[in-house]
Amino acid sequence: MDYINLFVKSIFIENMIFAYFLGMCSYLAVSKTVKTAVGLGFAVIFVLSITVPINYLLDNYLLKAGAMAWLGEDYAALDLSFLSFIMFIAVIASMVQLVEMIVEKFAPALYGALGIFLPLIAVNCAILGGSLFMQQKSFASIGESAVYGLGSGIGWLLAILAIAAIREKIAYSNVPAPLRGLGITFIITGLMAIGFMSFMGIKL
Amino acid sequence: MSQPKSNKKPAIFFVSKESEPLFSKKNRALLKDPLDDNNPITVQVLGICSALAITVQLKPAVVMTLSVIAVMGASNVIVSILRNAIPNRIRIIVQLVVVASMVILVDQVLRAFAYDVSKQLSIFIGLIITNCIVMGRLEAFALGNGVWKSFLDGVGNAAGYGFMLILVAFFRELLGSGKLYGYQVIPDALYEMGYENNGLMLLSPMALITLGLIIWVQRARNRKLIEKN
Repeated sequence: MDYINLFVKSIFIENMIFAYFLGMCSYLAVSKTVKTAVGLGFAVIFVLSITVPINYLLDNYLLKAGAMAWLGEDYAALDLSFLSFIMFIAVIASMVQLVEMIVEKFAPALYGALGIFLPLIAVNCAILGGSLFMQQKSFASIGESAVYGLGSGIGWLLAILAIAAIREKIAYSNVPAPLRGLGITFIITGLMAIGFMSFMGIKL
Repeated sequence: MSQPKSNKKPAIFFVSKESEPLFSKKNRALLKDPLDDNNPITVQVLGICSALAITVQLKPAVVMTLSVIAVMGASNVIVSILRNAIPNRIRIIVQLVVVASMVILVDQVLRAFAYDVSKQLSIFIGLIITNCIVMGRLEAFALGNGVWKSFLDGVGNAAGYGFMLILVAFFRELLGSGKLYGYQVIPDALYEMGYENNGLMLLSPMALITLGLIIWVQRARNRKLIEKN
């Protein structure tokens, strides 16, 4: 039950985009067509649901205060948590490299379409944000952190899918010239975020 | 969206570094352009990720601005010094390590001297690492330019980012809680006449809408920024 609650919460209530604005850069840049948006969305889900549990293990067995106790008495007092940024980003960068190679091998068309944005998942704030929120929320088990990573990824996919579909349609409307492109996208995202706030307080 | 910006590169790329005063016209443009014409947030669309969540009040926005200026200035200088020694294939990881070390320094300083603000900013200081604006400027500028120019570019872009941050925070704090920098500015008399704070401004969606409106004003003033679609 806890898992389902966490899952729904991370998709809807604490949506990466609508509640925390994480991953906005690629969200704005890649949301011009639905097809590329879906590709990037799945890449983000994949990377998030792998890196969050790995970083959970790192945090709990290496970085936290007292996490090195399993090495013996001498190490029990160590607190390496100031290293967590660097460790997390290193894990993320190498996972992204892996995803890039997999996509290049098995889906060359998608690889071509995603272009520069695939390596940039490494600097997608949603990925590092997922790990940092995981650290802040101090989950009880690796299962919880995996569910959280998966849920946040799905939430991100939903958001980019919705905005890409809207932007495909809005190309045919008569938007005031200075608002075209970026401006109207911001305002629509804001309105969608207000919509997503109606999920607040839902508990399963 | 931190792909290399190439539109203004040729102009500064081939300028000889010798015999140029420290604040020549071109160098001043490096500092000044990001404030309006080439603003990182509204024009280059970089660094929006962390920009919006911390604009409920002015104070965290100011602290964030200062941290980003420090990180960008320092990491641009370091990458610019190393630019001929970094192998092209692993440059992203090298840049990430440089930025991450700078961010750790800033984070530790904030925890030591401004603990409550650092708590308020929570994970967003850490997210400076993946702030597209830092990586974007490293890729687009510091890898190809001298130390002093890179420093100016870093500080200028961080200031342009901070300018937008502070602008959004100004409106949100003023309209949302009637305060500026924590001090009440809307007089009590107005509240007695029935004025109410707009609680919606405190919620995150309004940051996006405020920024959308700012973009509208900016592009209406400066029509060459208008997008086609």
